[in-house]
Amino acid sequence: MTEPTPTAKLAAQGILARARWHPLEFVFWIAAFSAIWLLPNKHLILTEIAWLALFALSLDLILGYAGILSLGHAAFFGVGSYAAALLAKHGIITEPVLALVAAGLIAAVVGFATSFLMLRGADLTRLMVSLGVALVLRELANKFSDLTGGADGLQGVTMEPILGRFRFDMFGHNGFAYCLIVLFVLFLAARRLMASPFGLALLSVKGNPLRARAIGINVDARLVTIYTIAAFYAGVAGGLLAQTTAFSSLDVFSFDRSADLLLVLIIGGTGYLYGGLIGAVIFKVMQDYLAVLTPQYWPFWIGLVLVVLVMVGRDRMLRWTEPVRTLANRLDWRAKGQGQAS
Amino acid sequence: MTVALETTNLVKQFGGLTATDNVSIQFEAGARHALIGPNGAGKTTLINLLTGMLKPTSGRIILNGVDITDASPQRRVRLGMVRTFQINQLFPDLTPLETVGLAISERRGDGADFWRVAGTKPGLNQEIADILDRFRLADVMNAKTSILPYGKQRLLEIAVAIACKPKVLLLDEPAAGVPDEERHEILSSIAALPKDVTVVLIEHDMDIVFAFSERISVLVNGGVFTEGPAAEVARDPRVKAVYLGESLDA
Repeated sequence: MTEPTPTAKLAAQGILARARWHPLEFVFWIAAFSAIWLLPNKHLILTEIAWLALFALSLDLILGYAGILSLGHAAFFGVGSYAAALLAKHGIITEPVLALVAAGLIAAVVGFATSFLMLRGADLTRLMVSLGVALVLRELANKFSDLTGGADGLQGVTMEPILGRFRFDMFGHNGFAYCLIVLFVLFLAARRLMASPFGLALLSVKGNPLRARAIGINVDARLVTIYTIAAFYAGVAGGLLAQTTAFSSLDVFSFDRSADLLLVLIIGGTGYLYGGLIGAVIFKVMQDYLAVLTPQYWPFWIGLVLVVLVMVGRDRMLRWTEPVRTLANRLDWRAKGQGQAS
Repeated sequence: MTVALETTNLVKQFGGLTATDNVSIQFEAGARHALIGPNGAGKTTLINLLTGMLKPTSGRIILNGVDITDASPQRRVRLGMVRTFQINQLFPDLTPLETVGLAISERRGDGADFWRVAGTKPGLNQEIADILDRFRLADVMNAKTSILPYGKQRLLEIAVAIACKPKVLLLDEPAAGVPDEERHEILSSIAALPKDVTVVLIEHDMDIVFAFSERISVLVNGGVFTEGPAAEVARDPRVKAVYLGESLDA
C-alpha cells in the first residue's frame, strides 16, 4: 500500500467535516435532557415541543436537504397519529414503542405512495399536490367516522405503559422523557443519514438536479427515498401526539398544522437539522407566553416577530430566504436552459 | 476504427422550429472531434439530445453498440458518456472535495449508501486528491463551491466530469468565460485526457478547435453542413463564409 499524498490526507479530514460533532451540539442535548429533572412542572409543554421538533425535523429532511417544498406535511403526521391511536384503542399493538414504530411505518407507506406525485413539476406544483394530499386524507378520516370518530375525534384510547413499565402520568413526566428519547434517537439517525453519500447526493439534487443527473445520480429514486423517510418521521411525531394525549382528531391533518410547521422550520432555519428543533422551542414558548398576555392575538405577535427577524437578522435571513432563493435559482437555470436550446 | 457514439437521422423540433435537422454523425473511439457552427446552429441542443436532457422527436442514438435513445440521463452516465456544461452547473452547498467525492462514489456504485459516513471507503480519498491536484483545486477543497472564483468553478466543472471516468466526454465550450491566463490550465487538463477517451468538443474559439481536434463537424441551422479532417475543414471557403456571415450579422 502506497503512502497517501498530502492532498489525500487533507481530503480524508475535510470529507468528514459534516459528520463531526460541534461542541454546541453537546450543549444542546445536555440542556434538553437536563429539562427532565430541572423543569418538572413544564413537562406538558416540553412534550409538545419534543413532538413538534421531530415533526419539523421531518420537514427539514425534505425541504432543507432535498429542496421539496410542502404545505401538506400534516398528512403523514395525521396518518401516524390515527394509526397510533387506533392500534392502542383496538388493542392491536398495545406496547407504545412498537405501536409508534408501526405508526411511522404506516405513514411511510402513505409517503412512499404519494412521493411519486411530488416528482413531477416545479415547486408550486409540489406545494399544491402536498396540500391536496393532506386535504384528501382529512376528508377520508372525516368520512370513515366509524373508524376514526369523525369530527368528534377518536375517543376512548387507553395507553399501556411504555415497555410495560413506564406509565403515561397526568403530569407528563414519563411522556416527556419518552418523546425526548424518541426525538434524540431519530435525530441521530437523521444526522448519520445526512453525513452519508446519500445525504450529499440529496444536497446535490437540491442544489442542481440537472448536474446531479449528469453525474449519474438517480434523482427520482433519491427523492422518493427521502420523502418516504420524512413521512416516517412525521408519522412518529403524530404517533407521539396521539400516545401522549390518548386522543386523535381531524385537526391532525389541518392546513394550519402544515403551515405552522413551515413557520417553525423557517424560524429555526433549514438545512442544518437543528433548525426544526430550535424553531419548535421558540414557537411553542412564544405561543405559550403570548397566549397568556393576549389570548386572542398571539398569532399577531408571531407574525411580527417573524417579520422583524427577517428584516433585522441578516445572517439568519440567508437561511430563511433559502427556499425562495432555491426557487429563484431553479427558475433561473430553467430560463437559461431554454436560452441554450435556441 | 470502432465507433464510440453515433446518431442516425436525429431530429428535434421545438414547435415549428427544427433545432436538430436529420443529424447522422459518428464519433470514433478515442477521437478528438470538434463540433462547430455559428450561434443557433443547434450544437447545445445536440449535446442535450446525446446526454438525454432532451428527448429527440425522431432518430436513434447508439453508444458503444447500445441503443440509448430512450435511456435516462443517469443511465447514459453509467454507460460512460459524461458531459460538461457551457454555463457552470455545480452544487453550490457542497465543497469541491464533496462534489468530486460524490461523483466518484456514484461511479463506484456507493452513492446510495445511507448508513456509512461519506469518505470512509478505502482508496476514495486518494482518488479525490489526485483529481483535485490535477485541476489545482486542492487549496480550495473545503470552501463552498458557491464562493469560489469563476476560474476555479470552471475547473471544477470539468473535474467533476473527469471524476465520472467517461469513455465519451462531451465538452460544451470548456474555456467559456475563462480569462486567458487561466485558460491553459483547462486546455492542458483536456489535452492530458487518456487517448482511449472519446472527446467531443463544442467550441467557438477557433484557436482551441484547431489546437485540439483532429476532426471537425460544422453544424448550420441544425444540420451537418460539412465534416472532415481539421485541416481540410479549416481551408473550406464555405465554412469561412458561414462564420464571416455570422460575424457580419453580429
